Amino acid sequence: MNPTTWFMEGTYLIASVLFVLALKGMSHPETARRGMFLAEGGMLAAIVGTLIGTHIVTWTWILPGLAIGSVIGVWMAIFVPMTAMPQRTALSHAFGAFAAALVGIGEFVVRGSEMNGVTRGALGFEIMLGALTTTGSLIAAGKLQGVLEGKPIQFRGQNVVNLSIFIAMLACFGIFWIHPAAQAVFYAMLGAAFVFGAMLVIPIGSADMPVVMSLLNSYAGLASAATGFVLGNNVLIIAGTLDGFSGFILSVLMCKAMNRSMTNVLFGGFGAAVAEATASADGVMREISLDDAAMRLAFATRVVFVPGYGLATAQAQHAVRELAELLESRGVTVKYAIHPVAGRMPGHMNVLLAEANVPYSELCEMEQINPEFPTTDVAVVIGANDVVNPDARDNPKSLIAGMPILEVDRAKSVIVLKRGQGRGFSGLENPLFFKACTSMLYGDAKSSLAHLAQAVQHV
Amino acid sequence: MNPAVLIASVYVFALAAFLGYQVISRVPPLLHTPLMSATNAISGISLIGSLVLAGAARYPTFAHILGFVAVTTATINVVGGFGLTDRMLKMFSKRKPRKKEAAQ
Repeated sequence: MNPTTWFMEGTYLIASVLFVLALKGMSHPETARRGMFLAEGGMLAAIVGTLIGTHIVTWTWILPGLAIGSVIGVWMAIFVPMTAMPQRTALSHAFGAFAAALVGIGEFVVRGSEMNGVTRGALGFEIMLGALTTTGSLIAAGKLQGVLEGKPIQFRGQNVVNLSIFIAMLACFGIFWIHPAAQAVFYAMLGAAFVFGAMLVIPIGSADMPVVMSLLNSYAGLASAATGFVLGNNVLIIAGTLDGFSGFILSVLMCKAMNRSMTNVLFGGFGAAVAEATASADGVMREISLDDAAMRLAFATRVVFVPGYGLATAQAQHAVRELAELLESRGVTVKYAIHPVAGRMPGHMNVLLAEANVPYSELCEMEQINPEFPTTDVAVVIGANDVVNPDARDNPKSLIAGMPILEVDRAKSVIVLKRGQGRGFSGLENPLFFKACTSMLYGDAKSSLAHLAQAVQHV
Repeated sequence: MNPAVLIASVYVFALAAFLGYQVISRVPPLLHTPLMSATNAISGISLIGSLVLAGAARYPTFAHILGFVAVTTATINVVGGFGLTDRMLKMFSKRKPRKKEAAQ
């Protein structure tokens, strides 16, 4: 090995260590930022190491790529609003996976025939994971952005069609593995993977996006790790595996928070069988006037806000913080209850509220806040539905039976901010809305909260 | 890839998976969105594979073009990913002083 190669391998080792330290820093908000600086340093070292250590001869393609990528990257980093974070993340999964797939195709073009069995196997995984994650993430991003229908899109025999595509993809992989010279089969495998990725995500509804996002995160990472196996590059294996496992852990957590298995999320088609399962809850929904609601909040001792995806769509995070601060200045104890799957990606609500300057000490996890509901005077539900549906706990026949919920119905009173009387995203009836302790405040969450704040000032 | 290298790589993979599990299960739900964004930026390390493809000697032009696109998308992930993660984490860490102000 010549000195430049030693140097390159050295930078890779440093980068690997820094990446692990960066993720370790993520265990606390105080240390997280410093950790990310380490990761950035590691990335820079690895890039410089590569440019020096591998014998780069043409810069014609590298420099424009780096330039265009940096411009778009900086633009994203500065201008993407926090409410668009789920679709941005989905898009970046697509980009990462696409890069991995392209590197795989490139490797095949350059040294396809001279690869041995192991490398071909890794290449197959790289191509399949990379391609299916690319299209899957694009579909997810489209659903989150609202370009595509957010409801599950399903047709008869969907699972059979998907399964056939999956088998076709694996068959191509098998044939390619045996006959590395068969170019057509290689590209058929690539095409099948692209189609399979799209077909996999199309039937999944927006409410299940936290699981899908985590899963795609995992696949994108594993595609990078497979690239590492193809190129025999350890830093790629390490970084890709860290990403892959992070996504995997998150998807398991998300599934647990919905009491559903991964198979059920991917192939269950949630929301299809709703019609039969929704016994209409009896009773009436009681509406409450702004002034009454404001009065109740102003004279409460403990108030808990329960945000859901409706908070994000209404962009009401600042409005809720303003109301909370007003209440706090009157001596009310305010907390926020965050369900793990509230929103469209893991941690979605936390980021939104943090953007509105809500101190993170006030953001409570489910296990932490549930015992506190009985002593809570008012629970304010903002655009959340399934995560506060008592049916999940009480009605074993419910579609979401067994899903851990925020037990707002145990609070002394509940105010639900809702756009209209319609059912929530999943189409499930929510008995919470009919309980005696619950009052409904209809209207856009943002303006309702702003008006509440005004009314509280006048109390 | 010869068997010895493969075995070493599998060791690296297994240990990284174990380490990842240990480290990441300690991340609080509060930071799950930044975590996803951060790991995504980190897996943009496939940029180094793309760089080789885009610029190595004696590669066909088609490979260079694939490399160019891969460099672009990977760079978007690295730059955008780290930038956004930092923007998010900044929001989380600036709370304490503000809270004191409010309390005073």
